[in-house]
Amino acid sequence: MSGTGSRENVFATRMALTNTKLRLKGAQTGHSLLAKKRDALTTRFRAILRKVDEAKRKMGRVMQLASFSMAEVTYATGDIAYLVQEQAKQATFRVKAKQENVSGVVLPAFEVDRTVGSDFNLTGLGRGGQQIMKAKEVYAKAIETLVELASLQTAFTILDEVIRATNRRVNAIEHVIMPRLENTIKYIMSELDEMDREEFFRLKKVQGKKKRDTAARDAEKQAQADLESEADIQDGLTLAIKEADPPSEGTAATDLLSGKDEDIIF
Amino acid sequence: MEALFFNVDNGFLEAIVRGYKAGILSPNQYSNLAQCETLEDFRTQLSATDYGNFLANEPLPISTSTIADKATGILVDQFSYIRNNAVQPLAKFLDYITYAYMIDNVVLLITGTLHERDTHELISRCHPLGIFDTMPALCVATNVEELYQSVLVETPLAPYFRDCLSATDLDDLNIEIIRNTVYKAYLEDFYSFCTTLGSPTSDVMHKILAFEADRRTVNITINSFGTELTKEQRAKLFPAIGRLWPEGNNQLARADDMDQVRQACEGVSEYRAFFNDSTSGQANGNGYDDHSTASHLEDRFFRTEVFLNKQAFLQQFQHGIFYSYIKLKEQEIRNLTWIAECIAQDAKDRIQDYIPIF
Repeated sequence: MSGTGSRENVFATRMALTNTKLRLKGAQTGHSLLAKKRDALTTRFRAILRKVDEAKRKMGRVMQLASFSMAEVTYATGDIAYLVQEQAKQATFRVKAKQENVSGVVLPAFEVDRTVGSDFNLTGLGRGGQQIMKAKEVYAKAIETLVELASLQTAFTILDEVIRATNRRVNAIEHVIMPRLENTIKYIMSELDEMDREEFFRLKKVQGKKKRDTAARDAEKQAQADLESEADIQDGLTLAIKEADPPSEGTAATDLLSGKDEDIIF
Repeated sequence: MEALFFNVDNGFLEAIVRGYKAGILSPNQYSNLAQCETLEDFRTQLSATDYGNFLANEPLPISTSTIADKATGILVDQFSYIRNNAVQPLAKFLDYITYAYMIDNVVLLITGTLHERDTHELISRCHPLGIFDTMPALCVATNVEELYQSVLVETPLAPYFRDCLSATDLDDLNIEIIRNTVYKAYLEDFYSFCTTLGSPTSDVMHKILAFEADRRTVNITINSFGTELTKEQRAKLFPAIGRLWPEGNNQLARADDMDQVRQACEGVSEYRAFFNDSTSGQANGNGYDDHSTASHLEDRFFRTEVFLNKQAFLQQFQHGIFYSYIKLKEQEIRNLTWIAECIAQDAKDRIQDYIPIF
């Protein structure tokens, strides 16, 4: 079982098991959190996608209107590009960037900041001034739409990237890290079981050996004891025999064992 | 008496202009142009008219500004032909026509000089009718005084600029004021010059110039609402001629909104009609309605201008037709640009908003 699938290179110890189990728990929590994040981002992403679509359509209309109002200006006054270009002194239309936080992702949001300037208010004073003002208004609206679209589009790309990364992480945790941790746990468990069984067997073996040894020792002791008691009987007998007979073979043997031979030096 | 000797000096040129006038696009040609799908078609349609092959050598994506430029080029050619063949006092009269463009060019150059632009770039932006020899020298001037002393005194515009010499610094508000002051002086001078030309010419031209003056007065009034232009300054920009002068001008100088402008124009029956149906949309009284009212007004002014210029052709033996022809031709160029713009931008619903000439 533990041989299939990848696992971490750990020693099969209880310590490692505890660690790995903790890590698996962590991975599971992380997985569910990331999955939640992904869902939140995807919801947001869809909303933005819809808005981008709307904004793009609106932009098409607004830009058309704007360039048409420019045509009206050309009709009424002729070329005013140069005058406007030279008389514009300060920006009346500024874009401010601020940051918005969507489940941990920082999205830049652009805001329009219009100050009503009077830079070329008098252009076309004699003719077509109203058309110029109208074109100015329409173009300001067009730029507002563009700014809105820009912030949506930026959010769109950033979210897209983040969602991809999150998806990768979720999948990595789900399909790589968690199975590996599980495999490691299984491996450690099986190793530990194996060790348990070995230990048990060893203990049994030792116990068996001990038993056998004890039995052997007991038997020996018994034999000794028997021998001793037999010798006592023999002694009694010998004494009785000695009293009756000259010393037999047996006594001679005993003498050999107990007494010292003079030929043997040590 | 005028009629007796007119043809000695000007008969040829009048004939030429009447011939040119026959080349002005007819309603039929306009409706053909308005039906074009692309600018390519537009060019083909135009080549069947008096414009001929004026766009033939243009690279294919024709821009509307190219069309306008080329058409203006034709007008300028015609004008310079007439001018070269003219004798006094017609020559002087034709020069007066160019002064209006010269004023615009001078103002453009002053604006450019203030911002230190390249002179050559500026010259190419000037209206070709208003180019004069000493024009490039304008770029060396840094204030109105110097401008006047060194350059303008040589040009026919000198008397007009004399009036606004008090404006010492050339900031942008002042430039626009200078332009209108000068233009006012020009209109008044042209008016008095026409008086010296005697009966048929002065009759026709006074009508046209009076209308032009009134149009400027009304436009300046409307356009200065909500700007930093004070009422005293505004009053100074009004030409002292025209049918609104002096009573209407006084009212306009004090006007604060469209209603007061309308009241000021009540005195002249022709102008009363301009404001008639445009007032219905004004009930909400917000700024946007003012815009639409004003653009209607602009349209009607154009129509009336065309009408008056057309009338000039009904009278023979006078100089007015030269002026009228230039103005009609300008309107035609505007119409062409408008139609081309509508075709280019695919705005067919507005394509009929041009002003037919004949």
